[in-house]
This record gives sequence, C-alpha cells and structure tokens, in this order.
Amino acid sequence: MLRFLASRLAGMLVVLAIVAVLVFVLTRAASGDPIAVLLGDQATAADIARVRVEYGLDKPLPVQFGYWLREVLQGNLGQSIFLQRPVTQALWERAEPTTLLSLMAVAIAALIGLPCGIASAVFRGRWIDSLFTGLAMLGASVPSFWLGLVLIQIFAVSLGWFPVSGYGAPDAPLAERLHALMLPAAVLGLLNSALIIRFTRASMLDVLGEDYVRTARSKGLGEGRVVLKHALRNALVPIVTVLGLTAALMIGGAVVTETVFGLPGVGSLVVNAVLRRDYPVIQGALLVIAAIYVLINFAIDLLYAVVDPRVKV
Amino acid sequence: MTLRMPRLPLALRRLLRDRIVAVALLVLLAVALLAIGAPLFASADPNDTAVLERLRPPSAEHLLGTDELGRDLYARIVHGARYSLAIAALTALGAVLFGTLLGLVAGFFRRLDAPIMRVVDAMMAFPDILLAIALVAILGASLGNVVLALVLVYTPRVARVVRASTLVLRELLFIEAVRALGVRTSRILWRHVLPNLMSPILVQVSFIFAYAILAEAGLSFLGVGVPPEIPTWGTMVAGSQQYADRAFWVVLFPGVAIILTALSLQLVGDGVRDLLDPKLKKAV
Repeated sequence: MLRFLASRLAGMLVVLAIVAVLVFVLTRAASGDPIAVLLGDQATAADIARVRVEYGLDKPLPVQFGYWLREVLQGNLGQSIFLQRPVTQALWERAEPTTLLSLMAVAIAALIGLPCGIASAVFRGRWIDSLFTGLAMLGASVPSFWLGLVLIQIFAVSLGWFPVSGYGAPDAPLAERLHALMLPAAVLGLLNSALIIRFTRASMLDVLGEDYVRTARSKGLGEGRVVLKHALRNALVPIVTVLGLTAALMIGGAVVTETVFGLPGVGSLVVNAVLRRDYPVIQGALLVIAAIYVLINFAIDLLYAVVDPRVKV
Repeated sequence: MTLRMPRLPLALRRLLRDRIVAVALLVLLAVALLAIGAPLFASADPNDTAVLERLRPPSAEHLLGTDELGRDLYARIVHGARYSLAIAALTALGAVLFGTLLGLVAGFFRRLDAPIMRVVDAMMAFPDILLAIALVAILGASLGNVVLALVLVYTPRVARVVRASTLVLRELLFIEAVRALGVRTSRILWRHVLPNLMSPILVQVSFIFAYAILAEAGLSFLGVGVPPEIPTWGTMVAGSQQYADRAFWVVLFPGVAIILTALSLQLVGDGVRDLLDPKLKKAV
C-alpha cells in the first residue's frame, strides 16, 4: 500500500510540475515584455533595463521559472493588472458561484444520467435503450451557449421564472443565489448527463455480465433487487469517478455557460482576463484550475484503491 | 460477386444497414455538398447587408429570415458551413496526425511511454475550452490559430486512445512474429501496427470533428475565436444573440446547423465503432 501510494504521489507531482511548466511557458510566450507594459510609454530604455534586473528578468528562463515557482508554492500568484488585487484574491471571490454551479450541475447530470443509463443497460437493444443513447448523443451535440440562450428565452424572458442573467445582489441570501443558478445548472446538467448516461450504461453492462450477477439471479432474487442492490453497487465506483472529474472540469470549463448567464465565476474571470490581456490572472487561473483537477484525480485514484480491492496495490 | 467487392464498400454497406447511421451519413453528405457548392445553392451574398430588411422572419424570399443587418440567414449558414467544416476538418486531421504519432511512439517504446503520457496527462488537466481560449489568446485570434489551438487541445485525447490500442497490439503474436523475422521497427509500425489502429482512429476523427465544430462555436461566441467578420456558425450566433428575443431565428437556425452536423458525426462515429468493435474485442 505504501509503495502504491508513493508511486501515485510521485506521478501526480510530476504531472503538476509539467502543468506548472506549461502554464509558465505559455503565458511567458504571450505577454511580451511585462516590464515595458508595467512602466508605460514614458519609460526610457535605461529604466526598463534597471527594473528588469530588479525583477530578475535578465536571468535565464529556467531561473525565472524557479523564482516564479517559489512564489507560487508560497501562495503568491502575482497581481492582476486590471483588477488592482492579488490573483489569489480575485480567484477566491469568483470561487463561490463556480463551485455552487458545478455541484448543482453534477447533481442534475447524475439525477438524469443514472436512471437513464441503468434503464438503457437493463433494456439493452430495446427501444428504451435506443431512446436514451440517442438522447445522450444529442446532448453531446448541443452547444452550451445555444441551449443557454434558448432556455433564457423560454424560462426567463417569456415565463419570467428565473432572472435573465446575473447572480443576485451582492448581499443576496443563498436561496436567491441558488435560484439564479438554476438555469445555468440545468444547461450544464443536461449536457453533461449525456456523458453520464453513456458511462452508466457501459459500466452497468460490464457488471451485469458477471458471474455473481448470474448467481444472484439463479438463487431466485427479483430482477429489481439484482440490478439495484447487486449490480449497481459495483457499477457505481467508476461512475462516481466520472461524476467527480466532471465536477472538476466544470471549474473553468463552464466558461461559456457562465458568460451566457453573466455569472461572476472563474470561467468568466479568465475570459475577461484574456480579452484585457491580463496575463497574471490567466496564468494563475490556469494553474489553479489544472492543479485542482490533478488533485481531485489523485484523490479518486486513492479512493479506488480503498474501495475496490481488485485494484492492484 | 461479393468476392470481387473491394473491402471498403463492404464495410460501408454494413454500416448503412443501420438506418440511423445511414440517415446521419446522408445529412453529412448534404452538408458537405452545400458547403462545397455554397455559391450554387445560395445565390444571395452572405455579407450583403440591407438595413430595410433587418430581422425579417423566414419567408419565400429569405428562406430562413434575415439577421440584424438584413443579411440572408440561409446564405450565411450555407457559406458559414465552409468555414465551420474546414476548421473542424483541419482540427480533426491535425489532432489525429500528431496524436497518432505520439500515441504510437508512447505505446510501442517503453522508455518513451512515461515521459510522453505525463505531458498528455498534464495537458488534459485543463478543461478543453479553457485551454483553447488561453492558446488563442497567446497565438492571436485568427482562423489558422483557432485551428492550431484546437489541434493542441485534442491531440492528447487521440494520443491516449492510440497508445491504449498500441499497447494491446504490441503483445499480439503476429507482431512478435514479424519482430522475430527481423523486420525493421519503422516498418512494423507502418505496415503492421498502424493499419490495425485504423478503426479507433476513424472513430476519433468523427468525434473530434464534432467536438471541434462545438468548440469553434464556443470560442467565437466568447469573442476569442474566429474574427467576427468571417461567417461561421459560431460567429453567427455570437453576433446576433441580443436579438434573440425579437427574432428567434437568428439564434435558432445556426444552432440547428451545428447540432445536426455534430449529431450526425457522432452517430456515424458510433456506427463505425459498433461495426469494428467485435473485431477489436476478439483481438484483446
């Protein structure tokens, strides 16, 4: 177990390091001369050279990366050029809508995806299977902004059930916030349920073909009991993994939906940073988002080993 | 007679046996034809503005209505298909090319496996659309850079699939046999491994094609993709979205074009997978 843990940990740290290098190289390639930007038009060449030395930008790139990484590890992601605050603070302020949104969306995706996927697997090859797998394929073909615009037209503009956009007033109670998140969560939930349906179906089909399921049937258990108690329990392990990763990918991956609904989330923070060329924000957000994904992935890996004794430890 | 039939038509015929896949293929064929012959099928200039004709509902004159500048929506969708399809096709092609190369090398050479796959893991830690946005921001917004960014986003996905299949193939007896015969590694890869990867690669092509259409639309919608003056299905929705409450068709029809094409692509990809999967499973 300890060796397994160590090797997984090492693998994760390597991936995190590569993520850091990628983010650093990408944003460095883009931002041009940050000092010239920082000092503005009136700076002389001598000024720029002096400040460059001050900030260590005359050093070779790997050394600069070392400096940057040291700051990052101490929790300093730099200052936003436009927002007049540290990048960590900007991210933190945007964390709430994004977190709530991705949790709600995953809940909706699971509520739709699990029953449909189970039904698809149980009635494999029948019309109900075709219907649900067809719907899943349709869900994977709809652009999120389009579904968002359509739902806004119907449920916000015509029926007036939900706000057209935004996240309520700054001091709004949680209920109002959740209400404002209903439509965007429905968009993401519906679209992501496609993946959950397909995955649940595949996972259930795997398990339903196993010997112990046949045993359960042959000892006279009802089909409902076999499916829900015996098969589903084992099929759920990989499904929960996918649900976790889906939630993780929505941090930052929900950027289009956040923009359609005018939500002040992490995704729209990045888009605005891109539009304003606010590189410290792009850099910090990319790093944090990818790191969260890697960490969640790692946690799920470990859980796997704990839950499923078949995983080679 | 069947003996003389070349292999591809046979596979195609078997694919067409599934009626839904056949319809999907027909839709794709129609979309491709419309895109290629755009000036023939839509005589109106897609960029011709007519202020007096703005936001007209669908009619005999304007089949799908007009947008906020009075441009004919049908002409724009047909001409936009050229850009949307070209971007997606190039993305699928590029991602499959690089992804196959990486996956093949990682799967076949044990030493290179870990380094390549850790980079792939790292790239897949970024949400697709976010990585695409960041890359376009860095490269600059243009048609070519959108393609380049999307290729970089989808290459790791292909690499993973190809590596997994290569790992299985590598252990098979016939590969061992050609190795024992002393066949050069490059020849083994090209003549013996690659042809057996064609089915998973083909499936990836159709899926990435579909994803790329959606991703391009998303990027354009956010204003970080293709320049707005180029009519793609994404820029059309992006440009007209604030008129959706008065003229639903400006958003509805380009969206339907996206959905129809992406859905057909995935149906065909799924059909190909179903067709080829039994063989793959037997090999495992």
